[in-house]
Amino acid sequence: MISTNMRSRSEYLRPKRLIVFLITLVLALLTIFPLLWMISAAFKGPTETSSNNLIPLAPTFANFTYVFTQVPFLTYMLNSFLVAVSVTVIALLFHSMAAYALSWLRFPGRDVIFLGIFSTFLVSLPIILVPLFILVKTLGLLNSYGGLIIPAIFNAFGIFLLRQFYITIPKELGEAAVLDGCSLWQVYWHLILPLSRPIMSALAVFFFLANWNSFLWPLTITSDQNLWMVQLGIASFQQQYSSSWNYIMAASTVAALPTLLLFFFFQRQLVESIKSSGIK
Amino acid sequence: MSTTSAIREKNGVRQTQERPHRRGLSRKHREWIAGYLFLAPDLLGLLVFLAAPMIISLGLGFFEVDGFGNFSFVGLNNYQLMFSDQQFLTSLRVTLTYVFLVVPGIFITGLLLALLVKQKIPFVGILRSMFFIPNVVSLVVVGFVWKFMLADNIGLLSQLVQSLGLGVISWLGDPRFALGTVLCVVIWFSMGYNMIIFLAGLQEIPREYYEAANIDGAGAWTAFWNITWPLLRPTSFFVLLTLLVTSVSGQGGFDLIYVMTKGGPANSTSLGIFYIYQQAFLFGRYGYAAAMASFLVAVMLVATIILFAVTKGGRFDFD
Repeated sequence: MISTNMRSRSEYLRPKRLIVFLITLVLALLTIFPLLWMISAAFKGPTETSSNNLIPLAPTFANFTYVFTQVPFLTYMLNSFLVAVSVTVIALLFHSMAAYALSWLRFPGRDVIFLGIFSTFLVSLPIILVPLFILVKTLGLLNSYGGLIIPAIFNAFGIFLLRQFYITIPKELGEAAVLDGCSLWQVYWHLILPLSRPIMSALAVFFFLANWNSFLWPLTITSDQNLWMVQLGIASFQQQYSSSWNYIMAASTVAALPTLLLFFFFQRQLVESIKSSGIK
Repeated sequence: MSTTSAIREKNGVRQTQERPHRRGLSRKHREWIAGYLFLAPDLLGLLVFLAAPMIISLGLGFFEVDGFGNFSFVGLNNYQLMFSDQQFLTSLRVTLTYVFLVVPGIFITGLLLALLVKQKIPFVGILRSMFFIPNVVSLVVVGFVWKFMLADNIGLLSQLVQSLGLGVISWLGDPRFALGTVLCVVIWFSMGYNMIIFLAGLQEIPREYYEAANIDGAGAWTAFWNITWPLLRPTSFFVLLTLLVTSVSGQGGFDLIYVMTKGGPANSTSLGIFYIYQQAFLFGRYGYAAAMASFLVAVMLVATIILFAVTKGGRFDFD
């Protein structure tokens, strides 16, 4: 009786479900259209740029060759890669150490410190841009990899997510290890780190993307073109070639390609890290 | 009684056998020290690169800083200057308009998309990814792509509008439309990210509630207002809070404005953070810029307090 009722209801819903699917599909296609348009324009010749066809009639690689030969685009990308990887690796190490202390170790002032770290959530780069610039300048880190990397490492987000994860690991594991004569560092290094591989890989993708895409901070502290990161590189490229949209779209495609690839391969991890940030 | 002391003795013996008191510290004290050492790198970094600049920012507004890094105390001068500076007042108005439109815009689109892709429809995983994709691309690239599509005469969208007989509309060149255009791009960029957060919140709601409501004959609309909306409150609060903080400070908005409009035309898209950036790094007026940043912090605090008051800390208990 119940099952027949269920079946009739699901059949009743079927055309409705199809409509929902079609609406969602159209919206999703509209959402990704601008990115498809970017890739399409990157392969179009200068005369075809203003045409309305999505598939280029005469696809060409000339725009990419032009971008890489006219500006040191490879240097920009290497800089971005170096900075993003360094920040990601150091941040994961520091954040997981801090999260381990905040979740597994007992010491006076722990909760106050956690609250303090938590409150830095409200501080964002634009708000502290001027004093941070003066500070970094005073430290002699203007126009240096250190200036690009070090201030980007510290944020409460990673500590918070890792702490949430470490709380769920049974403490008995650590106690057993300590009884067997492990030091607390060994517990962290041989037990906690391997166990937190899933969340660490999610955060790694997240940090890498954020740093690869960062613009305001590199713009503020690097005037030396040899240290420019890729977003800064394309922004200045656009100022030079303001109406050559085929070149600008080619440069944009190259800058976006690593992030899109990263998304395709690690979308599950990325989505997980965003999801867990919303749930308390 | 005798058994417990035997165990304690056994443990004690075991402990002295395997770990003699190496540094004369008890296990408890060693855990204290370890805790501080593990925290040290991040705590130091957060203090130096986040907390200190935040505090300096509030104080710096009372100083004038010249090109050689000399500070001179000027009291409330910067703050007085601020309110007679027409361009600052304009940027304040632009910021408030931006916040009032972008927060509900992203909130509603994110929630609607989450409700759509929560349904059992084919290829739902791929559809979710498609909505999220804009968010992995940098805002600089996003700005160029839209600027290209909106470019007068040659852009796809401006051609489309022209073919509809609406004439030539300069989406980024007309002060009436520029801010609205940038707002739409921000919403397009951010909706997928917030969709994921809403989706996580929606999946936390037990399905039995909807089944019960269905048996009681409640429609989708009733079910939304009586089940989804109240049970989604913690997620909604989180989304609102992050949107408020990011939109008032202009995080992300800066990149788009820099790439798409440079604050123009006629300062119609000059977000607070953009004007602050210009004053600091184009004109070297660090003190004045810091004073304006402090004012943004105050706006942010007021907005956060109002949000907490209205929602009673995310519980949305009106009754």
